[in-house]
Amino acid sequence: MGFWGFLVNASYFVAAVLFIYGLKQMGSPRTARNGIKVAGAGMLVATLFTFFHPAIHGNAWHYILMIVAIAIGGSAAWVSGKRVQMTAMPQMVALYNGMGGGAAAAIALIEMYSHEAFSAGFGLIIMAVVGALIGGVSFAGSLIAWAKLEGKLTKSFRIPGQQFATLALAALIVIFGWAIVASDFSAPVLVTLFFFMSLAFGVLLTIPIGGADMPVVISMYNAFTGLAVAFEGYVIDNPAMIIAGMVVGAAGSLLTYLMAKGMNRSLTNVLFAGFGVDDGAQAE
Amino acid sequence: MITGFVALYIFMLAAFTGYEIIGRVPTILHTPLMSGSNFVHGIVLVGAMVALGNADGFWETLIGFVGTILAAGNAVGGYVVTERMLEMFKSSKD
Repeated sequence: MGFWGFLVNASYFVAAVLFIYGLKQMGSPRTARNGIKVAGAGMLVATLFTFFHPAIHGNAWHYILMIVAIAIGGSAAWVSGKRVQMTAMPQMVALYNGMGGGAAAAIALIEMYSHEAFSAGFGLIIMAVVGALIGGVSFAGSLIAWAKLEGKLTKSFRIPGQQFATLALAALIVIFGWAIVASDFSAPVLVTLFFFMSLAFGVLLTIPIGGADMPVVISMYNAFTGLAVAFEGYVIDNPAMIIAGMVVGAAGSLLTYLMAKGMNRSLTNVLFAGFGVDDGAQAE
Repeated sequence: MITGFVALYIFMLAAFTGYEIIGRVPTILHTPLMSGSNFVHGIVLVGAMVALGNADGFWETLIGFVGTILAAGNAVGGYVVTERMLEMFKSSKD
Protein backbone atom coordinates (compact mmCIF):
# COMPACT_ATOMS: atom_id res chain seq x y z
CA MET A 1 0.00 0.00 0.00
CA GLY A 2 2.93 2.36 0.65
CA PHE A 3 3.16 5.46 2.78
CA TRP A 4 0.79 7.65 0.74
CA GLY A 5 -1.65 4.81 0.25
CA PHE A 6 -1.79 4.39 4.00
CA LEU A 7 -2.34 8.12 4.59
CA VAL A 8 -5.09 8.31 1.96
CA ASN A 9 -6.88 5.29 3.38
CA ALA A 10 -6.53 6.68 6.91
CA SER A 11 -8.06 9.99 5.75
CA TYR A 12 -10.98 8.06 4.18
CA PHE A 13 -11.53 6.23 7.46
CA VAL A 14 -11.60 9.51 9.37
CA ALA A 15 -14.00 10.94 6.76
CA ALA A 16 -16.34 7.95 7.09
CA VAL A 17 -16.46 8.36 10.89
CA LEU A 18 -17.10 12.11 10.59
CA PHE A 19 -19.85 11.58 7.98
CA ILE A 20 -21.75 9.09 10.13
CA TYR A 21 -21.30 11.15 13.30
CA GLY A 22 -22.30 14.34 11.47
CA LEU A 23 -25.43 12.76 10.01
CA LYS A 24 -26.34 11.41 13.43
CA GLN A 25 -26.05 14.94 14.87
CA MET A 26 -28.19 16.32 12.05
CA GLY A 27 -31.01 14.08 13.29
CA SER A 28 -31.63 16.17 16.41
CA PRO A 29 -32.62 19.87 16.41
CA ARG A 30 -30.17 20.67 19.22
CA THR A 31 -27.07 19.35 17.47
CA ALA A 32 -28.11 19.68 13.83
CA ARG A 33 -26.08 22.83 13.11
CA ASN A 34 -22.90 21.24 14.38
CA GLY A 35 -23.55 18.07 12.37
CA ILE A 36 -23.06 19.64 8.96
CA LYS A 37 -19.76 21.17 10.09
CA VAL A 38 -18.52 17.77 11.28
CA ALA A 39 -19.46 16.17 7.96
CA GLY A 40 -17.89 19.11 6.11
CA ALA A 41 -14.60 18.54 7.92
CA GLY A 42 -14.68 14.92 6.79
CA MET A 43 -15.19 15.97 3.17
CA LEU A 44 -12.30 18.46 3.37
CA VAL A 45 -9.89 15.87 4.79
CA ALA A 46 -10.80 13.22 2.20
CA THR A 47 -10.56 15.66 -0.72
CA LEU A 48 -7.18 17.10 0.29
CA PHE A 49 -5.56 13.69 0.80
CA THR A 50 -6.95 12.40 -2.52
CA PHE A 51 -4.43 14.64 -4.33
CA PHE A 52 -1.80 12.20 -3.04
CA HIS A 53 -3.72 9.07 -4.02
CA PRO A 54 -1.16 6.49 -5.24
CA ALA A 55 -3.59 5.25 -7.92
CA ILE A 56 -3.27 8.56 -9.79
CA HIS A 57 -0.76 8.00 -12.57
CA GLY A 58 -1.32 11.18 -14.57
CA ASN A 59 1.15 14.03 -15.09
CA ALA A 60 1.08 17.64 -13.91
CA TRP A 61 -1.67 18.45 -16.43
CA HIS A 62 -4.03 16.05 -14.75
CA TYR A 63 -3.51 17.81 -11.42
CA ILE A 64 -4.07 21.21 -13.02
CA LEU A 65 -7.29 19.94 -14.60
CA MET A 66 -8.42 18.56 -11.22
CA ILE A 67 -7.88 21.90 -9.49
CA VAL A 68 -9.54 23.85 -12.32
CA ALA A 69 -12.56 21.51 -12.31
CA ILE A 70 -12.97 21.77 -8.54
CA ALA A 71 -12.64 25.56 -8.74
CA ILE A 72 -15.29 25.82 -11.48
CA GLY A 73 -17.82 23.42 -9.93
CA GLY A 74 -17.17 24.54 -6.37
CA SER A 75 -17.40 28.28 -6.96
CA ALA A 76 -20.50 28.00 -9.15
CA ALA A 77 -22.23 25.91 -6.48
CA TRP A 78 -21.03 28.20 -3.69
CA VAL A 79 -22.41 31.34 -5.34
CA SER A 80 -25.73 29.76 -6.39
CA GLY A 81 -26.18 28.12 -2.97
CA LYS A 82 -25.58 31.40 -1.12
CA ARG A 83 -27.81 33.47 -3.40
CA VAL A 84 -30.87 31.26 -3.62
CA GLN A 85 -34.05 32.17 -1.73
CA MET A 86 -34.97 29.98 1.24
CA THR A 87 -38.18 28.98 -0.55
CA ALA A 88 -36.18 27.69 -3.50
CA MET A 89 -34.06 25.30 -1.42
CA PRO A 90 -35.66 22.00 -2.56
CA GLN A 91 -34.83 22.55 -6.22
CA MET A 92 -31.24 23.46 -5.33
CA VAL A 93 -30.95 20.16 -3.43
CA ALA A 94 -32.30 18.47 -6.58
CA LEU A 95 -29.75 20.27 -8.76
CA TYR A 96 -26.73 19.40 -6.58
CA ASN A 97 -27.99 15.85 -6.18
CA GLY A 98 -28.28 15.50 -9.95
CA MET A 99 -24.69 16.70 -10.26
CA GLY A 100 -23.58 13.94 -7.88
CA GLY A 101 -25.48 11.37 -9.92
CA GLY A 102 -23.85 12.68 -13.09
CA ALA A 103 -20.41 12.42 -11.46
CA ALA A 104 -21.06 8.79 -10.48
CA ALA A 105 -22.18 8.06 -14.05
CA ALA A 106 -19.03 9.77 -15.39
CA ILE A 107 -16.82 7.53 -13.23
CA ALA A 108 -18.75 4.50 -14.49
CA LEU A 109 -18.32 5.61 -18.12
CA ILE A 110 -14.56 6.02 -17.77
CA GLU A 111 -14.22 2.62 -16.10
CA MET A 112 -16.35 1.02 -18.81
CA TYR A 113 -14.48 2.70 -21.68
CA SER A 114 -11.06 1.76 -20.31
CA HIS A 115 -12.15 -1.81 -19.64
CA GLU A 116 -8.64 -3.22 -19.87
CA ALA A 117 -7.66 -1.13 -16.86
CA PHE A 118 -8.96 -3.70 -14.40
CA SER A 119 -9.37 -7.44 -14.40
CA ALA A 120 -13.12 -7.48 -14.54
CA GLY A 121 -14.79 -9.87 -12.16
CA PHE A 122 -18.41 -10.69 -12.88
CA GLY A 123 -19.77 -8.88 -9.82
CA LEU A 124 -17.63 -5.86 -10.63
CA ILE A 125 -19.05 -5.54 -14.15
CA ILE A 126 -22.63 -5.77 -12.92
CA MET A 127 -21.96 -3.15 -10.23
CA ALA A 128 -20.43 -0.81 -12.83
CA VAL A 129 -23.41 -1.18 -15.18
CA VAL A 130 -26.07 -0.85 -12.46
CA GLY A 131 -24.23 2.13 -10.93
CA ALA A 132 -24.06 3.81 -14.34
CA LEU A 133 -27.79 3.26 -14.84
CA ILE A 134 -28.83 4.58 -11.40
CA GLY A 135 -26.44 7.52 -11.67
CA GLY A 136 -27.74 8.46 -15.11
CA VAL A 137 -31.40 8.17 -14.05
CA SER A 138 -30.71 10.28 -10.95
CA PHE A 139 -28.85 12.88 -13.02
CA ALA A 140 -31.59 13.36 -15.63
CA GLY A 141 -34.47 12.91 -13.18
CA SER A 142 -33.07 15.44 -10.70
CA LEU A 143 -32.57 18.00 -13.45
CA ILE A 144 -36.22 17.57 -14.52
CA ALA A 145 -37.31 17.93 -10.87
CA TRP A 146 -35.21 21.10 -10.61
CA ALA A 147 -36.66 22.52 -13.84
CA LYS A 148 -40.21 21.80 -12.68
CA LEU A 149 -39.83 23.45 -9.27
CA GLU A 150 -38.00 26.35 -10.86
CA GLY A 151 -41.05 26.88 -13.08
CA LYS A 152 -39.18 26.16 -16.32
CA LEU A 153 -41.39 23.14 -16.97
CA THR A 154 -44.80 24.19 -15.79
CA LYS A 155 -47.16 21.44 -16.86
CA SER A 156 -46.88 17.82 -15.83
CA PHE A 157 -47.39 16.88 -19.44
CA ARG A 158 -47.31 13.42 -20.89
CA ILE A 159 -46.25 12.54 -24.35
CA PRO A 160 -48.70 10.24 -26.16
CA GLY A 161 -47.97 6.61 -25.40
CA GLN A 162 -45.82 7.59 -22.42
CA GLN A 163 -46.47 4.36 -20.54
CA PHE A 164 -45.56 2.27 -23.54
CA ALA A 165 -42.42 4.31 -24.21
CA THR A 166 -41.26 3.99 -20.60
CA LEU A 167 -41.81 0.24 -20.51
CA ALA A 168 -40.14 -0.25 -23.90
CA LEU A 169 -37.16 1.80 -22.74
CA ALA A 170 -36.91 -0.25 -19.54
CA ALA A 171 -36.81 -3.43 -21.63
CA LEU A 172 -34.12 -1.95 -23.90
CA ILE A 173 -32.05 -0.95 -20.87
CA VAL A 174 -32.14 -4.51 -19.54
CA ILE A 175 -31.13 -5.91 -22.95
CA PHE A 176 -28.30 -3.42 -23.45
CA GLY A 177 -27.11 -3.79 -19.86
CA TRP A 178 -26.93 -7.52 -20.34
CA ALA A 179 -25.09 -7.10 -23.66
CA ILE A 180 -22.48 -4.90 -21.95
CA VAL A 181 -21.98 -7.42 -19.14
CA ALA A 182 -21.72 -10.28 -21.65
CA SER A 183 -19.18 -8.43 -23.80
CA ASP A 184 -16.95 -7.37 -20.86
CA PHE A 185 -17.31 -3.69 -21.80
CA SER A 186 -15.58 -4.32 -25.12
CA ALA A 187 -18.13 -2.30 -27.13
CA PRO A 188 -17.91 1.44 -26.38
CA VAL A 189 -20.93 2.05 -28.65
CA LEU A 190 -23.11 -0.08 -26.39
CA VAL A 191 -21.84 1.76 -23.33
CA THR A 192 -22.57 5.16 -24.88
CA LEU A 193 -26.08 4.14 -26.00
CA PHE A 194 -26.74 2.66 -22.57
CA PHE A 195 -25.80 5.96 -20.93
CA PHE A 196 -28.19 7.97 -23.11
CA MET A 197 -30.96 5.44 -22.46
CA SER A 198 -30.51 5.87 -18.70
CA LEU A 199 -30.84 9.64 -19.15
CA ALA A 200 -34.01 9.23 -21.21
CA PHE A 201 -35.44 6.88 -18.61
CA GLY A 202 -34.86 9.44 -15.86
CA VAL A 203 -36.68 12.06 -17.93
CA LEU A 204 -39.66 9.82 -18.75
CA LEU A 205 -39.97 8.74 -15.12
CA THR A 206 -40.02 12.28 -13.72
CA ILE A 207 -41.97 14.29 -16.30
CA PRO A 208 -45.48 13.02 -15.39
CA ILE A 209 -45.04 13.74 -11.65
CA GLY A 210 -46.70 16.88 -10.28
CA GLY A 211 -44.90 19.64 -8.36
CA ALA A 212 -46.47 18.85 -4.98
CA ASP A 213 -44.91 15.39 -4.98
CA MET A 214 -41.47 16.63 -5.99
CA PRO A 215 -39.83 16.68 -2.52
CA VAL A 216 -40.48 12.94 -2.22
CA VAL A 217 -39.08 12.35 -5.71
CA ILE A 218 -35.98 14.45 -4.95
CA SER A 219 -35.42 12.40 -1.80
CA MET A 220 -35.72 9.22 -3.86
CA TYR A 221 -33.13 10.43 -6.37
CA ASN A 222 -30.93 11.42 -3.43
CA ALA A 223 -31.00 7.78 -2.30
CA PHE A 224 -30.35 6.71 -5.92
CA THR A 225 -27.23 8.87 -6.15
CA GLY A 226 -26.02 7.42 -2.85
CA LEU A 227 -26.39 3.89 -4.22
CA ALA A 228 -24.69 4.81 -7.50
CA VAL A 229 -21.77 6.32 -5.55
CA ALA A 230 -21.50 3.16 -3.40
CA PHE A 231 -21.52 0.86 -6.46
CA GLU A 232 -18.93 2.91 -8.33
CA GLY A 233 -16.87 3.07 -5.13
CA TYR A 234 -16.79 -0.72 -5.22
CA VAL A 235 -15.76 -0.68 -8.89
CA ILE A 236 -12.84 1.73 -8.38
CA ASP A 237 -11.94 0.28 -4.97
CA ASN A 238 -12.68 3.40 -2.93
CA PRO A 239 -13.90 2.58 0.60
CA ALA A 240 -14.95 6.17 1.40
CA MET A 241 -17.39 6.11 -1.52
CA ILE A 242 -18.72 2.67 -0.54
CA ILE A 243 -19.44 3.64 3.08
CA ALA A 244 -20.77 7.17 2.50
CA GLY A 245 -22.77 6.13 -0.56
CA MET A 246 -24.37 3.15 1.11
CA VAL A 247 -25.22 5.09 4.30
CA VAL A 248 -26.91 7.75 2.17
CA GLY A 249 -28.61 5.11 0.03
CA ALA A 250 -30.21 3.51 3.10
CA ALA A 251 -30.90 6.74 5.00
CA GLY A 252 -32.31 8.34 1.85
CA SER A 253 -34.60 5.38 1.15
CA LEU A 254 -36.04 5.48 4.66
CA LEU A 255 -36.36 9.27 4.47
CA THR A 256 -38.24 8.96 1.17
CA TYR A 257 -40.65 6.51 2.75
CA LEU A 258 -41.18 8.77 5.80
CA MET A 259 -41.74 11.85 3.64
CA ALA A 260 -44.30 10.04 1.49
CA LYS A 261 -46.03 8.77 4.63
CA GLY A 262 -46.05 12.31 6.04
CA MET A 263 -48.03 13.39 2.99
CA ASN A 264 -50.39 10.43 3.34
CA ARG A 265 -49.15 9.02 0.06
CA SER A 266 -47.46 5.77 -0.73
CA LEU A 267 -44.32 5.89 -2.84
CA THR A 268 -45.91 3.82 -5.61
CA ASN A 269 -48.77 6.32 -5.60
CA VAL A 270 -46.37 9.23 -6.01
CA LEU A 271 -44.41 7.53 -8.77
CA PHE A 272 -47.22 6.02 -10.77
CA ALA A 273 -50.23 8.26 -10.13
CA GLY A 274 -49.16 10.34 -13.12
CA PHE A 275 -47.98 7.25 -14.88
CA GLY A 276 -51.30 5.45 -14.93
CA VAL A 277 -53.12 8.30 -16.61
CA ASP A 278 -56.66 7.07 -16.58
CA ASP A 279 -57.11 5.44 -13.21
CA GLY A 280 -59.03 7.72 -10.89
CA ALA A 281 -56.47 7.40 -8.10
CA GLN A 282 -54.80 10.76 -8.72
CA ALA A 283 -54.78 12.51 -5.38
CA GLU A 284 -54.47 16.23 -5.76
CA MET B 1 -9.16 -4.61 -3.13
CA ILE B 2 -12.39 -5.26 -1.24
CA THR B 3 -14.04 -8.31 -2.77
CA GLY B 4 -16.69 -10.96 -2.32
CA PHE B 5 -18.29 -11.43 1.05
CA VAL B 6 -16.20 -8.74 2.74
CA ALA B 7 -17.71 -6.23 0.32
CA LEU B 8 -21.17 -7.64 0.99
CA TYR B 9 -20.69 -7.26 4.77
CA ILE B 10 -19.51 -3.69 4.34
CA PHE B 11 -22.55 -2.85 2.18
CA MET B 12 -24.86 -4.48 4.72
CA LEU B 13 -23.36 -2.74 7.77
CA ALA B 14 -23.30 0.65 6.06
CA ALA B 15 -26.94 0.22 5.03
CA PHE B 16 -27.98 -0.57 8.62
CA THR B 17 -26.00 2.45 9.84
CA GLY B 18 -27.87 4.69 7.42
CA TYR B 19 -31.18 3.19 8.46
CA GLU B 20 -30.46 3.64 12.17
CA ILE B 21 -29.31 7.24 11.74
CA ILE B 22 -32.71 8.25 10.37
CA GLY B 23 -34.68 6.10 12.83
CA ARG B 24 -36.58 8.54 15.04
CA VAL B 25 -36.04 11.93 13.47
CA PRO B 26 -38.61 14.73 13.94
CA THR B 27 -40.52 15.64 10.76
CA ILE B 28 -39.15 19.18 10.82
CA LEU B 29 -35.66 17.81 10.17
CA HIS B 30 -36.59 15.67 7.15
CA THR B 31 -35.70 18.26 4.52
CA PRO B 32 -32.42 19.37 6.18
CA LEU B 33 -31.44 15.70 6.54
CA MET B 34 -32.19 15.05 2.89
CA SER B 35 -29.95 17.99 2.10
CA GLY B 36 -27.29 16.80 4.55
CA SER B 37 -27.19 13.31 3.09
CA ASN B 38 -27.12 14.92 -0.37
CA PHE B 39 -23.91 16.64 0.78
CA VAL B 40 -22.42 13.38 2.11
CA HIS B 41 -22.65 11.58 -1.24
CA GLY B 42 -20.61 14.49 -2.60
CA ILE B 43 -17.73 12.19 -1.57
CA VAL B 44 -18.06 11.03 -5.19
CA LEU B 45 -15.62 13.92 -5.70
CA VAL B 46 -12.66 11.81 -4.55
CA GLY B 47 -13.57 9.10 -7.08
CA ALA B 48 -13.98 11.64 -9.86
CA MET B 49 -10.56 13.11 -9.02
CA VAL B 50 -8.88 9.70 -9.24
CA ALA B 51 -10.74 8.90 -12.48
CA LEU B 52 -9.63 12.22 -14.00
CA GLY B 53 -6.08 11.68 -12.74
CA ASN B 54 -5.89 8.38 -14.65
CA ALA B 55 -7.74 9.44 -17.79
CA ASP B 56 -6.09 8.66 -21.13
CA GLY B 57 -7.00 10.41 -24.35
CA PHE B 58 -9.40 13.22 -25.10
CA TRP B 59 -12.79 11.65 -24.34
CA GLU B 60 -11.83 10.05 -21.04
CA THR B 61 -10.19 13.28 -19.90
CA LEU B 62 -13.24 15.31 -20.92
CA ILE B 63 -15.65 12.98 -19.10
CA GLY B 64 -13.39 12.98 -16.04
CA PHE B 65 -13.16 16.78 -16.13
CA VAL B 66 -16.94 17.21 -16.37
CA GLY B 67 -17.44 14.54 -13.70
CA THR B 68 -15.10 16.39 -11.32
CA ILE B 69 -16.93 19.69 -11.93
CA LEU B 70 -20.27 18.00 -11.20
CA ALA B 71 -18.93 16.26 -8.09
CA ALA B 72 -17.43 19.49 -6.71
CA GLY B 73 -20.81 21.15 -7.29
CA ASN B 74 -22.52 18.38 -5.35
CA ALA B 75 -20.14 18.66 -2.39
CA VAL B 76 -19.91 22.46 -2.15
CA GLY B 77 -23.52 23.20 -3.04
CA GLY B 78 -24.79 20.49 -0.70
CA TYR B 79 -22.78 21.99 2.15
CA VAL B 80 -23.83 25.61 1.60
CA VAL B 81 -27.53 24.78 1.24
CA THR B 82 -27.60 22.47 4.27
CA GLU B 83 -25.82 25.01 6.44
CA ARG B 84 -28.31 27.71 5.45
CA MET B 85 -31.27 25.43 6.21
CA LEU B 86 -29.88 24.51 9.62
CA GLU B 87 -29.29 28.15 10.53
CA MET B 88 -33.03 28.31 11.08
CA PHE B 89 -32.61 26.09 14.12
CA LYS B 90 -30.48 28.75 15.81
CA SER B 91 -33.28 30.56 17.62
CA SER B 92 -34.95 27.41 18.92
CA LYS B 93 -31.67 26.40 20.47
CA ASP B 94 -31.08 29.23 22.91
